[in-house]
Amino acid sequence: MATDDIYILGINMTKFGKHPDLDSVDLASEAVMAALTDGGVTMADMGILAAGELMGPGGIGQKLQKQVGQTGIPVYNVANACATGATALRTAIMAVKAGECDMGLAVGVEKLSGAGLLGGGGRPESKKKVFEPSGRKGAVASLDGRIGTQTMPGVFAQVGMEYLHDHEYGGAPFELFAKISSKNHAHSTLNPLAAYTKAMSVEQIMDDVMIAYPNTRPMCSANCDGAAAAVVVSGSKLATLSDEQRRRAIKVRASVLTSDPYQEGCQVLPDVNTLTRNAANQAYETAGVGPEDLDVVELHDCFATAELVHYDNLMLCDRGDAVDLFESGATTRQGRIPVNVSGGLESKGHPIAATGIANVWEICHHLRGEAGDRQIEGARLGLAHVIGLGSACGVHILESVAA
Amino acid sequence: MSQIPLVDYLVLGDDPHLLANECTSCGARFFGRRNACASCFTTEFASVEVPTEGTLRAFTIVSHAAPGVPVPYVAGVIDCGGTSVAGNIINTTPDPDHVKLGMKVRLATNVVGTDDDGKEAIGFGFEPLAASTNETGN
Repeated sequence: MATDDIYILGINMTKFGKHPDLDSVDLASEAVMAALTDGGVTMADMGILAAGELMGPGGIGQKLQKQVGQTGIPVYNVANACATGATALRTAIMAVKAGECDMGLAVGVEKLSGAGLLGGGGRPESKKKVFEPSGRKGAVASLDGRIGTQTMPGVFAQVGMEYLHDHEYGGAPFELFAKISSKNHAHSTLNPLAAYTKAMSVEQIMDDVMIAYPNTRPMCSANCDGAAAAVVVSGSKLATLSDEQRRRAIKVRASVLTSDPYQEGCQVLPDVNTLTRNAANQAYETAGVGPEDLDVVELHDCFATAELVHYDNLMLCDRGDAVDLFESGATTRQGRIPVNVSGGLESKGHPIAATGIANVWEICHHLRGEAGDRQIEGARLGLAHVIGLGSACGVHILESVAA
Repeated sequence: MSQIPLVDYLVLGDDPHLLANECTSCGARFFGRRNACASCFTTEFASVEVPTEGTLRAFTIVSHAAPGVPVPYVAGVIDCGGTSVAGNIINTTPDPDHVKLGMKVRLATNVVGTDDDGKEAIGFGFEPLAASTNETGN
């Protein structure tokens, strides 16, 4: 193992779902202590802590230390929308790569059960109603619902519909996206840590509550509570650890974070495509692999409409062929390139800041051959993708190196 | 009754239209003020009229919104002669039988509300062109 390589030494995610008796510090502590145990190390070994809790009051890293170990190490509290967890992981990786320490800890946590609709909403009305222009658009009233939508289900609905328009899809959009959702809900039945583990037929999904056409409720990511944490280690340090630690360590072949470069229209409808493609290109180049080499992929299906476009953005298919890839069955767990075998955000759940590490955990679980009933047999190379609107995209390519 | 546009890039009057801030260096267009161009970082902008007719590139029909936002409504992205514009599709039934990808639309104004001083806020949306034919079947 080359000294400048980076490995995941220990990793864990909590059960996603409702945790009324645990606060975010409890959940983060649970994930952190389990990740440390998984890696056979303690807080005394950690040289950096990167922590994220997007919707929290701030300072989750230090609050966590007070429950699991205050060693005086630098803490970076990070926030990067739905890519917060991936950003925390990348921060820990950068610290180790920079040689500032040989082990680092990353954690993401969110308490989101019952949060309801995210994005959108008005602005506070003053007592006297007077139309006065304010802000960068000189708006005299809230624009949500008046000039487009700011709701997440609506934004990502348009992202999926735009893809169909650009590639002259001739079928029925609603049914197509419902089928994608049905695939992920079927996958979730094998994941005991998923928030929802119920198989849903295409008809059930289409007949459910409409949120923002073509996304019905089960086609939206599930708001829930959860945490995930990872311990990263340098190759040189890993070489000094036990056979068991070395055997289970997962090599980080690429760790990439991008933001959205300017494109026409990107400030009108967020362009989640270009930065994902850029991140994927960088990751494949760094890892020296191609999408055809991947055995398992976890991608950011915050909505069923998003999963489709990321098939293309991650280059799992030729440009414009995402519908054909899906219709071929390639992205089911029996297919050529299984996508979201965890159940995806639509059923596993999406505790925002935890997601970017939970996706990596899912991939590591398969690469270690520890995924139980949902194991993708023989998986050696996997990719985890998240996107935070605004935008930030994290891509990690991971590899099993056990003999 | 006095009127005020919902946003400062909407020009009211006999021929309502939108104004974009166009970067004089690279031509990138923005709605609302910008400190510098997001594409080329220069700081000179010119105000340009955006075509009032366009093609619907993407849409959603929002059925579930924040309190106080009437539903359902259609939100979309309209390609107005190469400039992407966010806007609602108005003056048609908000369902997938009446709103289609690729449909031709044109700018139309609507009343957003009246404030306590009697000032009327005027917004905009896009309505289907009467004789529109659909680019795709959806």
